[in-house]
Amino acid sequence: MNSVFVYCEIEGKTVKDVSLELLTKGRKLANTLGVQLECVCAGSGLDGIENQVMKYGVDRVHVFDAPGLFPYTSNPHTAILVNLFKEEDPQICLMGADVVGRDLGPRVSSALFSGLTADCTELEIGEFDMNVGFDENMKPITKHYENKLYQIRPAFGGNIVATIVNPEHRPQMATVREGVMKKEVLDENYKGEVIRHDVAKYVPETEYVVRVLDRHVEKAKHNLKGASIIVSGGYGMGSKENFDMLFDLAKEIHAEVGASRAAVDAGFADHDRQIGQTGVTVRPKVYIACGISGQIQHIAGMQESGIIISINNDPNAPINTIADYVINGTVEEVIPKMIKYYKKNSK
Amino acid sequence: MALKIIVLAKQVPDTRNVGPDAMTPEGTVNRAALPAVFNPDDLNALEQALRLKEQFPGSTVSVVTMGLPKSAEVIREALYRGADAGYVITDRCLGGADTLATSYTISQAIKKIGGFDIILGGRQAIDGDTAQVGPQVAEKLGLTQVTYAEEILNLDPEAKKVVIKRHIDGGVETVEAPLPLVVTVNGSAAPCRPRNAKRVMKYKNATAPAERKPEQAEAIAAAIAAKPYLNITQWGAADIDADMKQVGKTGSPTNVKTVKNIVFKAKESKTLTSSDADVEGLIVELLNDKIIG
Repeated sequence: MNSVFVYCEIEGKTVKDVSLELLTKGRKLANTLGVQLECVCAGSGLDGIENQVMKYGVDRVHVFDAPGLFPYTSNPHTAILVNLFKEEDPQICLMGADVVGRDLGPRVSSALFSGLTADCTELEIGEFDMNVGFDENMKPITKHYENKLYQIRPAFGGNIVATIVNPEHRPQMATVREGVMKKEVLDENYKGEVIRHDVAKYVPETEYVVRVLDRHVEKAKHNLKGASIIVSGGYGMGSKENFDMLFDLAKEIHAEVGASRAAVDAGFADHDRQIGQTGVTVRPKVYIACGISGQIQHIAGMQESGIIISINNDPNAPINTIADYVINGTVEEVIPKMIKYYKKNSK
Repeated sequence: MALKIIVLAKQVPDTRNVGPDAMTPEGTVNRAALPAVFNPDDLNALEQALRLKEQFPGSTVSVVTMGLPKSAEVIREALYRGADAGYVITDRCLGGADTLATSYTISQAIKKIGGFDIILGGRQAIDGDTAQVGPQVAEKLGLTQVTYAEEILNLDPEAKKVVIKRHIDGGVETVEAPLPLVVTVNGSAAPCRPRNAKRVMKYKNATAPAERKPEQAEAIAAAIAAKPYLNITQWGAADIDADMKQVGKTGSPTNVKTVKNIVFKAKESKTLTSSDADVEGLIVELLNDKIIG
């Protein structure tokens, strides 16, 4: 009762990083609130799955193990969470803001009539005063709430940051992208309880309505999250050909290539290279932003980089304000020079 | 076999093209400076709908939108591209809705239209990027959903089944789902066909009642009497039997506590030119400090 819950997304038999990151965050929120951290693991062949999650400080692991639960489909996983939450009445539920979490979260929130905030970049606990009307003197009447979840996210194309609260409905739900929170093992020997549920009690046969006929998951072509140097291009790269210069620079300095949303939308780079609120969040040692103006959407995904170098022909580009080095110049001019002088000096 | 297809569309501020006047001097978002556009992913959904219509002669595509009276613009745009009818849901009491209240309202309108085989919408809208309305509408209608769809591969109206290719994290999957169904379509799916000149001529004077100026009323009534397709159906909360507790601000569990404009704390930064000396100097500095290796 009253716990913080994390829905653990499982690919095959492996809990995804985004879920482990949320367990770390969930543990902190649970500590602040003085409640337990619980998680849901639903899939097929999950013997020993608790060993992957318990060490992040999980007090109760709810295991739902049945053949139809992997690959993920919407209805059975929704039924699990909805029926479990009706019994457990958690105050908070977190899930990854990826394809599964963004398919599942809204369905669960609709069924439970609870609020859901997508793609949060920060989660905090705090108090909230809500205006609930006016008294006879037209003075606002406020209702005070304590220990509510602040769901903080950039909004409106990233021009503002909004703090969302859903004070009267449970659970308070939020999705968070991979890489936004940091995963940290709390205690290798953390002892929690494992509860193996009878899946049929939660999921009627009639919920298995979608059949997965075919499925291909490839290992990521790149390792943006783990890269220590990232060369990233924006709309200012001008063309796909110009963008490809970044791969030359990256190869030379052993970096990975990222992109802003505008560059992805323009077709300069693949969608999976997108850095920012709706892409990957990265924390490299060095981030070289090439022709990126620096909308908050993008900055939300890279501002914790060690050293930020901005190459931009607009001296007033917003990204320059958070850069350690600003090179005023065109990418066509600067990038070949960087390659040239790296080759010359690194040997 | 003819299908009854519903497309969900939203008029959104074009946040992709935020100009310098997008912020007011007080630092708030100047919505008036942002052009209103057809939400991009919804156009991809419309294209999938129009393809089904071609494949199954006699099918109809109806577009549903909720918003201000001027959101009838997206209905006209859809009519120009091949849709058959449109519904604008607009009412003062629907304002301030979060995704849940929006989904409830839209699902009530869909129930009123009734008899549908498939509902298509964009994966997400660019003003919120939440991707929540599609799945929530599905849940409210008691239907299942296929999100992140790339393409409808095969629809079998007799067996009431559809096969869809969809995007998943790091890959693709092909699923078979029962009809009726809610599908949300990715922006990377096939782009929407352009306007058709004949259809533009036919529908350019189509309006929803809330758009019409009083002095035009008579002329428009006469035009609609002759050409009923010039009337875009407009519904308020009462028309769709909405429970007032579930619409607008009242029906929204989420509350905005604060909204902050972004102010970056400027770092002390070194500004360089693109000269050879400056670029080489930076590279040498980074190498010497073992920041790059």
